[in-house]
Amino acid sequence: MYLVVEQLLNGLQFGLLLFLLAAGLTLVFGIMDFVNLAHGSLYMMGAYFAATFVAWTGSFVLGALLALGATLLLGIVLEYVALRHLYGRDHLDQVLATFGLILFFNDAVRLIWGPAGLALPLPAWLTVPVQIIPGVYYPAYRLMIIVVALAVAAMLYLVVMRTRVGMLIRAGASNREMIGALGINIKLLFTLVFGLGAALAGLAGLMQAPILTVQIGMGENILILAFVIIVIGGIGSIRGAFMAAIFVGIIDTMGRAFLPDLLRKVLSGAAASTAAPALSSMLIYLLMAIILVLRPEGLFPAAKR
Amino acid sequence: MMPKLNASNAVAALLCIALVLLPVYSAITGNIFILTLFTRIAIYALAAASLNLIMGYGGMMSFGHAAYLGIGGYAVGILAAEGIGSGFIQWPVALAVSALFALLIGALSLRTRGVYFIMITLAFAQMAYYVASALSRYGGDDGLTVYKRSDFAGLINLSDRTQFYYLCLGCLFGGLYLIWRIVNSRFGLVVQGVRSNEQRMQAIGFHANRYRLVCFVIAGTICGLAGALLANNTDFVSPAVMYWTRSGDLMVMVILGGMGSLFGPVVGAIVYLLLEELLSQFTEYSGLILGPVLLLIVLFARGGIMGLLGRMSRG
Repeated sequence: MYLVVEQLLNGLQFGLLLFLLAAGLTLVFGIMDFVNLAHGSLYMMGAYFAATFVAWTGSFVLGALLALGATLLLGIVLEYVALRHLYGRDHLDQVLATFGLILFFNDAVRLIWGPAGLALPLPAWLTVPVQIIPGVYYPAYRLMIIVVALAVAAMLYLVVMRTRVGMLIRAGASNREMIGALGINIKLLFTLVFGLGAALAGLAGLMQAPILTVQIGMGENILILAFVIIVIGGIGSIRGAFMAAIFVGIIDTMGRAFLPDLLRKVLSGAAASTAAPALSSMLIYLLMAIILVLRPEGLFPAAKR
Repeated sequence: MMPKLNASNAVAALLCIALVLLPVYSAITGNIFILTLFTRIAIYALAAASLNLIMGYGGMMSFGHAAYLGIGGYAVGILAAEGIGSGFIQWPVALAVSALFALLIGALSLRTRGVYFIMITLAFAQMAYYVASALSRYGGDDGLTVYKRSDFAGLINLSDRTQFYYLCLGCLFGGLYLIWRIVNSRFGLVVQGVRSNEQRMQAIGFHANRYRLVCFVIAGTICGLAGALLANNTDFVSPAVMYWTRSGDLMVMVILGGMGSLFGPVVGAIVYLLLEELLSQFTEYSGLILGPVLLLIVLFARGGIMGLLGRMSRG
């Protein structure tokens, strides 16, 4: 029972992290109609910046804030220099160009930080376990991820639904040409949205960094998960991305935790130990394939264009 | 159909001649490395050409094409590990399994369009990747060493560098010829018609998805052949061949060379792999140059290299 609660929380934490990544991706995808494979690289850069700045400043919070700013800046520069010329181009052109950026960032990181991974140590106050319900302890840091991610999600919701910028973002998602024709500075809006997406990806990266090793290629696995999420949730829909992210996070974590035992009850030992890792890794892709076959537009499609 | 003499056709013809004469050059100069490099290039060119069939002519943007490389490779590797060394069994099995996989994922994926199609093909390839990683009997994550290359009963010796090169080149030319015939057949014209206007093709009575699916299966089968060649070339097959960045590599080759042109993927494979090889010789960080080069090509050379040549010859 305690294990189930713990794994549920792990799933929620992973799902929220995925949401941070997917939110930026779905905004960029929904508004600029831009497929950004390099989004995973921004996630990686967030983690590397955090590892560096935390080591420099000696403070986890200060380092994290600096890393966040650095990723935001990187995103804006990237958009301004290269990516804005790709809006309105074929999706394949965008895939090719951003694939090139992945190659670039991976080798740039290898050049600057070396091929070995970095570790981002946690400060002492974040390593203590917290008693959440009597008898169940949960790491404070993971709890903090949940709180921060939920706060960011709420803030994102408020910004998108309650502010003027948010209104423009929503308008852009439903009809790009029209808001341009109404005299809105779309270029600036796009740069802003891209920077926001980059900062969210960086935040996800730097928060994940202490749990996993900071290493080259860390963005590539998780990028595909983020794509799965925005496809399941319906492209351009933040609400859909949120639901799908939590859903995917919990299913993935629970699958990895409990599927092996379940399979052992059904299959023989050898067959189960072969099938379990494959099946638990495949689970979300299977889920996505089923959803796409049944509902090709995703679960929560954004308003029709 | 008489091919016209223009820059892109001239390049294609010169390329074919150069590829055929390459072993002679290698024998004269004693440069063995270039032969092994171009063996690899020929295999990837075949894979890219098959992707071009569905991407360039069929309008199906598959982001999971590397799955067939792995499936073809594992068919050879697993049969070899189980003691069945004959290529007459291994290769047909490799093709059949690839075709079956393509039929299955094609039937499901073709219910979606656009970005959703890109993502669902990616999802299926990732599933194949994880299945291969879990095959602990066949090396799991670490991959499977193929200790003996496919045996063709003395007909051809795959361990002989030159013979193997010509086999790969023969497969490449055979594949290109097949694709050329398909593209210019009634079937191929329907597929291209569906790409440009699906509703119209439906309206005049073509079952669009059936044509698409057959095209998808043909492309998958050809790529399975490339997989079988690749496993023989590296004497090794691992889940990494199926990872999504591999599918990305194949897409890059197609787009770089020129989508929807017969020789485009060949040019793309040659340029991409040569560039990678050359850069890795004088810098450890080839991506620092290769990445921006890709970006620049997208920004300034639409339609890939063949498109550029086409524009040049039109003036």
